[in-house]
Amino acid sequence: MAAATASRSGLRSALPLLAPAYLWLTVAIFLPLSAMVFFSFMTELPLSGKPWTFTLGNYATFFSQSLYLTLLLASLRLGLEVTLWCVVIGYPAAYVLAKVLKGRSREAIFLLVILPFWSNGLVRIFSWAMVLREGGILDTALNAVLPFKINIDLMYSYPAVIIGLVHSYVPYMVLTCYLTLQAIDDSLIEAGRSLGASRLQVLKRVIIPLSMPGLVAGAALIFVPVVGSFMEPRILGGRTGTFYGTVIEDQFVAVFNWPLGAALSFILLAVVLVILAVASPVLRRAA
Amino acid sequence: MAGVQVSDVSRSFGAHKALDNVSIDFADGGFYALLGPSGSGKTTLLRQIAGFDFPDSGRITIGGESVERVPVEKRRIGMVFQNYALFPNMSVADNVAFGLSVRGEAKAVIATEVQRALDLVQLGKLGGRRPHQLSGGQRQRVALARAIVTKPRVLLLDEPLGALDKALRVDMQIELKRIQREIGITTIFVTHDQEEALTMSDRIGILRDGRLVQEGPPEEIYDRPKSEFAATFLGDANIFRGDSTGDGIRLADGTAIAAGVGAKLAAGAKASCAVRPERIRIARDAGTPDGNANMLKGQVSKRIFAGSNSTYFVERAGQTLKVIVQNTGMERLAEGQDVVLRWSPESTVLIAAN
Ligand SMILES: Nc1ncnc2c1ncn2[C@@H]1O[C@H](COP(=O)(O)OP(=O)(O)OP(=O)(O)O)[C@@H](O)[C@H]1O
Ligand SMILES: [Mg+2]
Repeated sequence: MAAATASRSGLRSALPLLAPAYLWLTVAIFLPLSAMVFFSFMTELPLSGKPWTFTLGNYATFFSQSLYLTLLLASLRLGLEVTLWCVVIGYPAAYVLAKVLKGRSREAIFLLVILPFWSNGLVRIFSWAMVLREGGILDTALNAVLPFKINIDLMYSYPAVIIGLVHSYVPYMVLTCYLTLQAIDDSLIEAGRSLGASRLQVLKRVIIPLSMPGLVAGAALIFVPVVGSFMEPRILGGRTGTFYGTVIEDQFVAVFNWPLGAALSFILLAVVLVILAVASPVLRRAA
Repeated sequence: MAGVQVSDVSRSFGAHKALDNVSIDFADGGFYALLGPSGSGKTTLLRQIAGFDFPDSGRITIGGESVERVPVEKRRIGMVFQNYALFPNMSVADNVAFGLSVRGEAKAVIATEVQRALDLVQLGKLGGRRPHQLSGGQRQRVALARAIVTKPRVLLLDEPLGALDKALRVDMQIELKRIQREIGITTIFVTHDQEEALTMSDRIGILRDGRLVQEGPPEEIYDRPKSEFAATFLGDANIFRGDSTGDGIRLADGTAIAAGVGAKLAAGAKASCAVRPERIRIARDAGTPDGNANMLKGQVSKRIFAGSNSTYFVERAGQTLKVIVQNTGMERLAEGQDVVLRWSPESTVLIAAN
């Protein structure tokens, strides 16, 4: 609360510092986005030279065909699952980084965690394709150690999409959780222990509540793009990889129906915003 | 409630010996101050007792029971941290309730115990606040209430008043002492404020470089320090160095200083004498000689007025001596004045050279 007051009084002096960022945001995001809003109400793309009029038809399409809703729900489920896996994998990793490791080993592990950040997205995904496909690296490796022959063909399946997405997005969770966990004073943990709480009780009652902002931030950073993701579903999911995001992508790159693609995007944006608006007070109370 | 015995405890961090064969007996119900300069191992010792860290060798018992394999949460200790370590995500009342609640006490029991603890530290009305809405002194009291509400066997405090300003610190000292008496809990109090150690504790242990230098009641350490370090660390002292004469020392210039208390040393050994500044009388001239009192001549080089008393710095044979005189309205001695210092052998402690 003190921080909020301080930032308000410092707003005037911070304005010159904020201006470039806002200018950039306006030019780079707000203008194209406004153009997209405009497109989403058109019958034809004006650039195509065909005559066009305003219409609500693009939005109506979403509601007239149950396919879109089904895909949206599938994408939301995908977002939820990926986010959960990121919590399950990322939070313990962040905890170990922040509270167990010190010095050199911390730096080394940190590097490993953010490495996927620095590698090209396509390279990352095709690497997974090599690992997961039948007769691929995972398959060969398992058959090399296991006495019996198994045939793991994860490629072009829902789990493959999950694996690829979790790998891409787990660094967000690790980073946001690491930052909040690192800010928790070790003496709080010791105070909890001295009061008779086991490690697990301290984790549940002190550490997790205090790192909730990091969890929430990480979840939001992951959930939103995953719901709209198309690259991982397309490459790793194959025929099973049709999601809301891939349909939007199709409108832009394959069918060239930009108005419908734009309309579908804004429906997704609205749904995601509603979800975040509903979830944030709940999460804030939990924190 | 229980006493704590620390026997021959050593703890090293790499090549550095943070604790070197420390043995202390903390009596049941006593108030014990651990005093020492920064890095002397006070916190390390406290952490061994609490169970946050484990000794390389030696034994610790609480209430007669060895705690070697007992984890922190089973030791039934209360700990107050220098930075308070209140849980920022909980209200004051929930902070205090934490220890009872993890133990699974009934809600009603918790509520009454928490209220009682908050009343004890005079914060009965602030249970609903968050830690960040409290002043430093109030946070300190919450930390104390939280530590004692579980009825621990031992209360461990690591420089709990270090972050408070002088006036508040004195208030809290009195309060802490009152609460400690009221519940009669064995208390181990780490501080590097010597005045705090002197006024609050029944016994003091002085640590230096991981070793226990001296241990005993405050008066004993103050009146009969066993080392130059103890003499100068707890209170102020004038130190004279020379050769032992058996019942005093002879300085390099041949002056004899008689010592009535302290170590029994063979004649000829290197030795020191310590004299507290307030035990020395200062005068313009020798006046009538008075029995066997020690006497030195010197010259006032500086006088510092401090209200109720004044400190004179007296130069003598290349040494600066400190003399504290109550301001009783008698004449003041000017800087540059030749003076005679006198003090009794009973105020002079003979110390083996270290
Ligand atoms: N975890 C640790 N790793 C390495 N060295 C340590 C560790 N804990 C303490 N030490 C060292 O042990 C010595 C004693 O430290 P300790 O914290 O007990 O001192 P202290 O008497 O409490 O000092 P202060 O008054 O500054 O709090 C110091 O030299 C310190 O650097
Ligand atoms: Mg310390």
